[in-house]
Amino acid sequence: MPELASALTPLRSSENSRKVNMTEAAETDQVPVFRTRGLAVYYGDFRAVRDVNLDVRGQEITAFIGPSGCGKSTVLRCFDRMNDLIPSARVEGSVEYHGINLYDKAVDAVEVRRRVGMVFQKPNPFPKSIYDNLAFGPRLNGIKKKNELDEIVESSLKRAALWDEVKDRLKASAMGLSGGQQQRLCIARCIAVEPDVILMDEPCSALDPIATARIEDLMQEIKRDFTIIIVTHNMQQAARVSDRTAFFTTEVNNESDRRTGVLVEFDLTQKMFSRPSDERTEAYVTGRFG
Amino acid sequence: MSSDTNRWEIGSLRLAPARRRADTRMRLIFSAAAVATLAISILIIYTLVKDAWGFFIDVPKGDLWNIGWFPRRGIFDIKTLILGTLMVTGIAMLIAVPLGLGVAIYLSEFAAPRVRRVLKPIIEVLAGIPSVVLGYFAISFINPNIITALVGGSNKAFNVAAAGVAVGILTIPIIASVSEDALRAVPMALREASYGLGARRVSTTFRVVFPAAISGIVAALILGISRAIGETMVVAIAAGAVGGGLFSTDPFQPGQTMTAAMAALGFGSDQVAGSGLAFQSLFFIGFLLFVITLVLNMIGDRLVRKVREEY
Amino acid sequence: MSIATPDRFGAQSAASLTERLTGARRDVRGRIVEWILLSALGLSLLILVALVVNLVDRAWPVLDGRLGDFLSSGLDASNAAEAGVWQAIRGTLTLAIIVAIVAFPLGIACAIYLEEYAGQSRIARLIRINVRNLAGVPSIVYGILGLTIFVKFAGGLTGGRTVIAGGLTLATLVLPVVIITASEALRAVPQSIREGALGVGATKWEAVRSHVLPSAAPGILTGTVLALSRAAGEAAPLLLVGGITGLLRTGNQSIWQQITEGGFTSMPVAIFSYARQTGADFQAVTGAASLILLVLVIIINGLAIWLRNRFESRW
Ligand SMILES: Nc1ncnc2c1ncn2[C@@H]1O[C@H](COP(=O)(O)OP(=O)(O)OP(=O)(O)O)[C@@H](O)[C@H]1O
Ligand SMILES: [Mg+2]
Repeated sequence: MPELASALTPLRSSENSRKVNMTEAAETDQVPVFRTRGLAVYYGDFRAVRDVNLDVRGQEITAFIGPSGCGKSTVLRCFDRMNDLIPSARVEGSVEYHGINLYDKAVDAVEVRRRVGMVFQKPNPFPKSIYDNLAFGPRLNGIKKKNELDEIVESSLKRAALWDEVKDRLKASAMGLSGGQQQRLCIARCIAVEPDVILMDEPCSALDPIATARIEDLMQEIKRDFTIIIVTHNMQQAARVSDRTAFFTTEVNNESDRRTGVLVEFDLTQKMFSRPSDERTEAYVTGRFG
Repeated sequence: MSSDTNRWEIGSLRLAPARRRADTRMRLIFSAAAVATLAISILIIYTLVKDAWGFFIDVPKGDLWNIGWFPRRGIFDIKTLILGTLMVTGIAMLIAVPLGLGVAIYLSEFAAPRVRRVLKPIIEVLAGIPSVVLGYFAISFINPNIITALVGGSNKAFNVAAAGVAVGILTIPIIASVSEDALRAVPMALREASYGLGARRVSTTFRVVFPAAISGIVAALILGISRAIGETMVVAIAAGAVGGGLFSTDPFQPGQTMTAAMAALGFGSDQVAGSGLAFQSLFFIGFLLFVITLVLNMIGDRLVRKVREEY
Repeated sequence: MSIATPDRFGAQSAASLTERLTGARRDVRGRIVEWILLSALGLSLLILVALVVNLVDRAWPVLDGRLGDFLSSGLDASNAAEAGVWQAIRGTLTLAIIVAIVAFPLGIACAIYLEEYAGQSRIARLIRINVRNLAGVPSIVYGILGLTIFVKFAGGLTGGRTVIAGGLTLATLVLPVVIITASEALRAVPQSIREGALGVGATKWEAVRSHVLPSAAPGILTGTVLALSRAAGEAAPLLLVGGITGLLRTGNQSIWQQITEGGFTSMPVAIFSYARQTGADFQAVTGAASLILLVLVIIINGLAIWLRNRFESRW
């Protein structure tokens, strides 16, 4: 078991010592999937987000909400080290994954991304066949046998509720699918490598309401097997699908006129949308803000 | 899944070594290839500078400013070559600037999209004509049919004017395509604003679009000049083959450019053995040529980038 | 309110207003300018036509009488009736193969480094500027490089003034073309494709190999084809690294001899040599050789342009 000590170290003394709602601190005996302490991300000199202290639990859906530019995507991309791909990006503070420091030198970002899958805002199927889209990940991990791959493709598509729609045209190009189907294909592509976590960055913002509803249903179904973190601008969606919600906002810096994102409140979704403890959260969820 | 606590050790987040190695190896290969391009530049500069300097030290300075370019006789009159280069480039620009800009403006501002789609590739074909073919065109068509008609037969069979025209033809596509890109980079909103004020197409083109694209058009001209200066074979075939070494300001006489003189050192009449002053003069001209075109290209490149940044 | 009335602009009556509103039809100045521009375009195309017609006309004695013979005969500087281009064609093909083997992998690898790995690092910026500058270096300067490096310095490996030295020189010459076009093709691949691959746990190289390169392949292919056509048309650098120009018959070596002993030639070099011979019959030979090279290069270029247009708007 990973060291409790690190989980209990006092919060980094932050400029404004706001009390971050530590969800039921008593439960720390169960190691969360992700635990961030004093997380701050810089793009060059610009601090995009700071002081994020967050515990993401397994087999739950966690939603990130907040106004545009408050750093939701930035924080999300720390969890699968996608920020590594942006040369100017720099991460401070700690991000632990099952108690392992994600930014440890011994940790390989590629392996992290295998375990922590990502679904992007715009569906991004590879311009290849549906089958090859699904088989790509497993093949990377050394699965070569045709029947094994067939099985993975089928089960992943089934779990992504796409099998019935595409089972007759697995060899057809994935680009020919509708937007909603493409997005479910991307989810299936994620599932095919059997990740532990699935990160979703506004997965429905490019989709129509019907396709959105299907993705939401899908999330409910797969949450038994995966930990899901979803960024959304749609508060109803957050309220509908998530178990816990984190609300971010931006604060003006004293030293520069650029705004830095902060985590305002993190709690059970039910509580966040009915009786939030921070008035900024309340203003936002009731639509009086941004 | 996470009930299997053994999985969550740091080692489990390490990539299979074989895949990591393959990734590192490819990265090394790619960086090596990229660094190799730097090596090319360094080698070019090194070889040029080394022998050019040797030549400059050894040559009696009086021979650099004499009656003509006759390397085997030890006469290295640089001004003959520079004059030849200037004349060829000047004549080339007389042809290429109006035609190249005309093509660019027409394609970008006047032609219907369908016309443009057909004509643009044809102009690009012009860019692909090998320069030896244009050199032959210069002696077999431009000189007998155009230059002779122009000056009534006082031209020599090989002369600077014919070579200049052919080099100009070679330069048209460069000027046309770079300036067309610049014109098309001007935002539609600017044209609409002009039309909205009641301007006609011609005034919109020349008063609004053209000035807005001016740095790109200057870039096109500079890159065209650089291309013309660097052209070798057309001049070697059409202007400098016989008696081009004599200093002459008459464009209807033979002449020698820096490039053609270098080619001549490598073959036939001026071919020189692997050492000696004449051979080293190759590097000296090469160095001058390299510096001139480098400066022109850098300025042109800077201007092209400026256009991209502006819009 | 003068702003609302057209009077300020001189339209007094309905008739003159009509005239003004329909004036575009009689915009004489505009018409003239358009015609001037169109004639610039027309003249450029006319030059192309004149070039081809002139070549066919000059080459006709050869094309009509002995085309097959011309294609299969060797170089000959003394007897135009027996002169041909087959060694030149063979030489150009050999050079093209060497260029393809050397410049394509190197150029594509460099482009991959610049687009996929380097980002905006200082070294990457330096390499980019360097490549753009190399693209503008006159071809004859590459001849000097080839002479110094491939013929003399590495003469032990290349055999001196051999087809290998020539091929390496041309490969260096077209390398920037390959890099620039391949970079453009890679840049056109949407970022989402890379993220998709990395997001399921591919390494950078796996993402590049499986998705980025296949997506960029048509564009890269276009660039390599253009580079080949450039190499096929170049003569100047070859003159400095040993392309045979003087006594043409010495260019009759077998490929093996060309590789080990030198004495190679290529289409542009042969054209240059023939163009230096005097007499109408050699004019015909030069014309025929030029026409063959032109057709070859236009076909290659046409292929490249077609490839590019075909795959241009995939994203
Ligand atoms: N690659 C980058 N380089 C520089 N700054 C960036 C980069 N990506 C994001 N930022 C900045 O970081 C801040 C947070 O961006 P982020 O994308 O995380 O916000 P977000 O909450 O996801 O917004 P949205 O809801 O609009 O997606 C913004 O001010 C943004 O401009
Ligand atoms: Mg975002």
